[in-house]
Amino acid sequence: MTSPDPVVQVRNLHKSYGNLTAVAGVSFSIAAGETFALLGPNGAGKSTTIEILEGYRNRTGGEVSVLGVDPRHGALAWKSRLGIVLQTSSESGNVTVVEQLRHFAGFYSNPRDVDEVIDAAGLREKATTRISKLSGGQRRRVDVALGIIGRPELLFLDEPTTGFDPEARHQFWDLIRGLKAEGTTILLTTHYLDEAAQLGDRAGIIAGGQLIDIGSIGEIGGADARIPVVRWREPSGLFREERTTAPAQFVADLVAGGSGAEPVDLEVIRPSLEDVYLALVRKHEAALAPSAAAPSMSGAAAPQPHSTKGVPA
Amino acid sequence: MSLTLTPTKPMNSTPGTLVVGLARIGYETRVYFRSPDTVFFTFLFPFIMLGIFTAAFSAGGNLGTNPDGTGGVSVGAYYLPGMLAAGMLLSGVQNLAMDIAGEKSDGTLKRLGGTPLSPISYFIGKIGQVFVTATLQAALLLLVARFALGIDLPAFGDRWLVFLWVFLLGVITSAFVGIALSAVPRSGKSANAVVIPIVLVLQFISGVYLQFGSLPDWMQNLASVFPLKWMAQGMRSVFLPDTFAAVEQNGVWDLTWVAVALGVWLVVGLALSLMTFRWIRRDA
Repeated sequence: MTSPDPVVQVRNLHKSYGNLTAVAGVSFSIAAGETFALLGPNGAGKSTTIEILEGYRNRTGGEVSVLGVDPRHGALAWKSRLGIVLQTSSESGNVTVVEQLRHFAGFYSNPRDVDEVIDAAGLREKATTRISKLSGGQRRRVDVALGIIGRPELLFLDEPTTGFDPEARHQFWDLIRGLKAEGTTILLTTHYLDEAAQLGDRAGIIAGGQLIDIGSIGEIGGADARIPVVRWREPSGLFREERTTAPAQFVADLVAGGSGAEPVDLEVIRPSLEDVYLALVRKHEAALAPSAAAPSMSGAAAPQPHSTKGVPA
Repeated sequence: MSLTLTPTKPMNSTPGTLVVGLARIGYETRVYFRSPDTVFFTFLFPFIMLGIFTAAFSAGGNLGTNPDGTGGVSVGAYYLPGMLAAGMLLSGVQNLAMDIAGEKSDGTLKRLGGTPLSPISYFIGKIGQVFVTATLQAALLLLVARFALGIDLPAFGDRWLVFLWVFLLGVITSAFVGIALSAVPRSGKSANAVVIPIVLVLQFISGVYLQFGSLPDWMQNLASVFPLKWMAQGMRSVFLPDTFAAVEQNGVWDLTWVAVALGVWLVVGLALSLMTFRWIRRDA
């Protein structure tokens, strides 16, 4: 991951709105062909960060380079190398799917084939339906299709699968894997941690405007966070849990200790990205809590944007 | 949803600003005619008003008759130039101000701002849409006037040349003023509240619904600051007999001032459009 020429390079990024700090010193880089997942609670600074990279917002401080260009000065030729799937859209949609894609394809020098994209996005049956008549999940597919129609080198996906049913989500993952195989660099934000685990090569976790951890999907959070958990039910009906680096040995001992009886509801759980993520975010919030004069802010519903004034290290 | 990958083609040259702009005209015009509200309140409105005025006031006989009751023009013929001017204003100012304010708030502009679409192409699309729809509207108004209301139109000649330049200048001015005005509403929902009163009041004081000559001086002077009065005056010079010039502000058609006033508004509208237009409100 130490490619000399990262597609995205962010150093000490700061963004404040008045005296509210949304992003407070975030640094990361994304190598060519990599899929990087930016994770974090609502209001943590993910969308602000991604919109700075897309050129929609100006930063307050730090250095940013996207495809070798400062997004503040990104010209049309630079934009033609990007694909952007924004978080929300509520356009009137008085055009059909195929009309919209054909029209947007005309903005790019080397667009993908419209029919190919319609098939890839699973929109074949809705191709001649007006976008205003589509369901939320189908509209989201159109958003994704519009994001990739220009054959982008770098694709921004800001919560792309919101409103998808499970089957559509799996189809979307296949689509993204196809893009990855083609060499597309992807920056993904999502609240579905399984999605980040499925698609991401590396992840960064952002909370309170700061990057609290960064690493490959399999290693983020550190080795300790990934110690498996053995879970079973005692004959008394009580659930028991034990964290151990040797779960097989532990289970064998458990069986031997119970005179060969099969433990009830036995599970060996390898902490998922979601477990690791939640542990990291909770730890971060716990560290913040003592200094916060305001009443405790709980979990993912923390108000946005965080003020990071007086945050202890 | 798996992607069948076609091998990467060699890079074509970037699509030209004008080519994309022309494609935008087709796209924008299609969207316009698929929006029932827009079609009713900007495209059909002058037809409805012309119908209402004709039906309501025709019993009173011709307007501008000689002392012996002969001559003059029918009520429909009198209102036709005003409705043509109103159509130009609605197609440009009302249509674009509300359309672009809506596109700003519903995310359309943000999406476009993330693509290599040039703002110039976007402007070409909007102005082209106004031009196409206003032309269709004017042509249909003239057809309705001639064949449904039996209004005599001028013979081919100088009057139609005046029509042509007043129409072109008025529509383009209207389009730029509309783009400039779209920057005022804070949201798509408030666009109605900002745009409709302006457009409506202008129509009342500029000689569209009320006979301009019968308005008090101060109202005529106020109206002269804005472009609609000049569009209506230019159109009256095309469609009304020259005897009607006597009731204009200065007793003549004043076509030079029509050109100057519209020209000034065109420049002002263009300058404000360029200064205020943004794909998104940065750092809002």
